[in-house]
Amino acid sequence: MNLMNRNIVQKGVFVLLRMAAGINAIALLIVVFFMLKNGLTAISWEFLTQPPIDSMTKGGILPCIVGTLCLSLGAICIAFPIGVSSAIYLNEYAKPGKIIRLIRLGINNLAGVPSVVFGLFGLAFFVTWLDLKVSILSGALTLGAMSLPVIIGSTEEALRAVPDTYREASLGLGATKWQTIYKVVLPTALPGILTGGILGISRAAGETAPIMFTAAVYYTPDLPSSIFDEIMALPYHIYVLATAGTEIETTRHLQYGTALVLISLVLGMNLFAIIYRSRLRKRMHQ
Amino acid sequence: MISIPRSQKEKWIQRIFFGIAFSSIFILLLITIFLFMEGLPIFNKISVTDFIFGEYWYPTDDEPDFGIYALILGSLAVTFLSALISIPLGVMTAVYLAEISTQKIREIVKPVVELLAALPSVVIGFFGMVVVAPFLQETFNIATGLNIFNAAIMLAFMSIPTICSISEDAIYSVPQNLKEASLALGATHLETILRIIIPASISGIATAVILGMSRAIGETMVVLMVAGGAGMVPQSIFDPARPLPASIAAEMAEAPFRGDHYHALFATGIVLFLFTLVFNIIADFIANKYRQVGDSTL
Repeated sequence: MNLMNRNIVQKGVFVLLRMAAGINAIALLIVVFFMLKNGLTAISWEFLTQPPIDSMTKGGILPCIVGTLCLSLGAICIAFPIGVSSAIYLNEYAKPGKIIRLIRLGINNLAGVPSVVFGLFGLAFFVTWLDLKVSILSGALTLGAMSLPVIIGSTEEALRAVPDTYREASLGLGATKWQTIYKVVLPTALPGILTGGILGISRAAGETAPIMFTAAVYYTPDLPSSIFDEIMALPYHIYVLATAGTEIETTRHLQYGTALVLISLVLGMNLFAIIYRSRLRKRMHQ
Repeated sequence: MISIPRSQKEKWIQRIFFGIAFSSIFILLLITIFLFMEGLPIFNKISVTDFIFGEYWYPTDDEPDFGIYALILGSLAVTFLSALISIPLGVMTAVYLAEISTQKIREIVKPVVELLAALPSVVIGFFGMVVVAPFLQETFNIATGLNIFNAAIMLAFMSIPTICSISEDAIYSVPQNLKEASLALGATHLETILRIIIPASISGIATAVILGMSRAIGETMVVLMVAGGAGMVPQSIFDPARPLPASIAAEMAEAPFRGDHYHALFATGIVLFLFTLVFNIIADFIANKYRQVGDSTL
């Protein structure tokens, strides 16, 4: 082929690649657009602050919002300390070798376990074997196990970004390893670690399958009074309204409204984390 | 106050962190143990072969049938069809981001892909039900828009972020000198991408593809809401299907506690768990065995 043809082919292929990248953006925009267009009319002060009434065909979604907050915050309280500690070991203490390979294989495989299998596990272990019943605690533990790899991954990234010169300076002044980690490495990495925590919360808030058998119920009018109560949750509420019952068409605006609340919550947290993290990275490079 | 020697204290701290680092493996073991504990009892009633290759799934009949062959085929159908969409789109986006786009566009498109990954699966399932299904039904004039094709499209957009971000890391970390050598020999940018950069990062791209497919086969809410739910061996891509996760999620609430149906659903969970475990171990194997050349570290 002569040079001109080669350049034309190249231009054509690059246009295709650009289109492929564009399709992702379009897909995201379309989903958000439809939720906004059909969901905004359902959102009102009452919708956000009232429980559902008339067998869930009217009223609000307050119990679902409270339930989702309880579950995702509970999950992060469990996963955050364990995940951050795991990452500290992997990044600060461990030396390359078979044990590290094994632990990483474990984390990667845990990240790949299907969400519905986490649900089964939660049902068999937390709900039945530990006899925690269908409760916030069971659901939070299940979601916590699921978001562990997310926390470990982002904490490790934050720890790796701390320059080795910081550690060497601290060790050189006579500080022990733990003093170095506690007083120098962790404070420097803290913003990045917290960003990972936010991503973990948003992941836990959006999941449905793990809480179906462990925490969520179709309907409960009361707000939870203890961690042993069963609750309603936003993602499960969308699923229930959209698939079960006889009033699927008449509650369509409630479904859109609930979905809009959920994606605002989840995408909001993610957007915050993404922007914050890119600022951190820039500061690190300077 | 008893003072502990500093070195002693340091050792204990390290041991504690070492112990906590094993929690992921510990949870993975617990998952395996409890899945098998609740799933294996079904094999007192029915052989493993009959369970996996049995064509009929009628778990609530008086003479129940527990064959998950149609469910496995349903899962494979939606997964492979979604891979046909997600692999080209994901890898092409990755090439675009790593090789062609300007820094500015990269800083916009990358967060978009991350946000796509963050969309809750139930919202994507809901979107597939209320927007895509009616559209497909009218466009192709078919009986129902809730079918394999619809589920595959929705799943594709859930696995694109995985495929794209891991491939992009791999492509980005191809050593600059390989690329410069190719350009200096007179190859165009496109020829360099096709003959040098992609072959050099193929192990990373393969890992990305496998992890993306593993995500698709295990995804629950999308197939539960969009795939149509018919427990039959699918004949065309416009047939409804009932993939493994959908069956578990839909039936668990009604299955009598520790009855045959309950155990059969846990056994279905074992099959699904093994599928994803195999996918993940292959991905891990490729990523470690065929490390990239040069100073890349994927």
